[in-house]
Amino acid sequence: MSNIQNLKSFDPFADSGDIETEPTNYIHIRIQQRNGRKTLTTVTGVPEEYDLKKILKVLKKDFACNGNIVKDPEAGSVIQLQGDQRLKVMQFLVKQLGMQKKNIKIHGF
Amino acid sequence: MSTAELGFDPTLKKKKKKKVLDDSSSAPSTDKLDDLFAGAKKKKKSKAKKSATEGEDVDDLTKAFEGIKLKKHHHKKKKKASKLNESADFEKALAAAGVHEEDSRKLYDEKQKETFIPYSSLLDRFYTILNEKNPEMAGGQHHKLKIPPPEVARDGNKKTVFVNVQVIAHVLQRNPEHLIQYLFAELGTSGSIDGEKRLIIKGRFQSKNIESVLRRYIQEYVICKTCKSMNTELKRESANRLHFIVCKACGSTKSVASIKTGYQAHIGANRRKKF
Repeated sequence: MSNIQNLKSFDPFADSGDIETEPTNYIHIRIQQRNGRKTLTTVTGVPEEYDLKKILKVLKKDFACNGNIVKDPEAGSVIQLQGDQRLKVMQFLVKQLGMQKKNIKIHGF
Repeated sequence: MSTAELGFDPTLKKKKKKKVLDDSSSAPSTDKLDDLFAGAKKKKKSKAKKSATEGEDVDDLTKAFEGIKLKKHHHKKKKKASKLNESADFEKALAAAGVHEEDSRKLYDEKQKETFIPYSSLLDRFYTILNEKNPEMAGGQHHKLKIPPPEVARDGNKKTVFVNVQVIAHVLQRNPEHLIQYLFAELGTSGSIDGEKRLIIKGRFQSKNIESVLRRYIQEYVICKTCKSMNTELKRESANRLHFIVCKACGSTKSVASIKTGYQAHIGANRRKKF
């Protein structure tokens, strides 16, 4: 059977090697309301190989805000920043750390 | 196989099957058979050609071919002559009919002038009828679904009332609970539904905030990824607990991620309790 050219051309069900369909580990950037008009930005899902402490230090200085790192049993290490820093954080992640924009999800209003 | 056959020029052989047959039959006495063929080749063209492969009596062959060629020529000439005759007849007929044709053409032109309608007006008429009877085919109206803007009011100091959730969910053909679940997950809050089926959200939100969240909901859970149609349905497969968008326009189905409430930071008094 395999001698027939038509039958061994190409397997449509073979793995195409596309990573797109694979569930990627998104970086989620969320916002939370605090009392009054104050907000809190949380960044979850930053890969382990990055040094969160150093990132936080730079972020705090760049955005002129306070922040800290929280260890969560589900989400792992989370960066918390005061104020609405969502767009700035995303720009930082894309430009400075070279992450792909499609792997970053911004939540909230 | 005889030696005579081995000397044949294989390029001249045309039909393998016949050759094989010949071989089997001519194995005992090739010469005699060849003679027979030589006799036969004058009768039919194919046989003559095949006998050309038998190479032995080339003279006979060429003669035969010449004869065939001559015959062919005769045929062609005859045909040509007949054709010429035919064409002459045809021309005569044409000349007779030509007058008629011109007459009919003139008549047609006159008729056109009498009932002349400009193309643009015809086109207009077509589109008005199409719009009346089959508006979807008229095209150009991709966003037929008009989503009313979210009506948001403040309830006291810390709560927001989203008045027309039910209407919007109905327009999007989604279960209101699904939409509300998404809203809560995205806004990172909680809330409830009051007696008039309005949604009460904890926290302060403006109309534009809700609108942007709604936009993302539509992008993710309403619009068909294949044809960009908003005419879709969300179905839950009980077997694998997955949600699927079923497009009513193009019939495609696509799985969508379930709504997940992400990480929630503990704020205020809660924060100290946890640690």
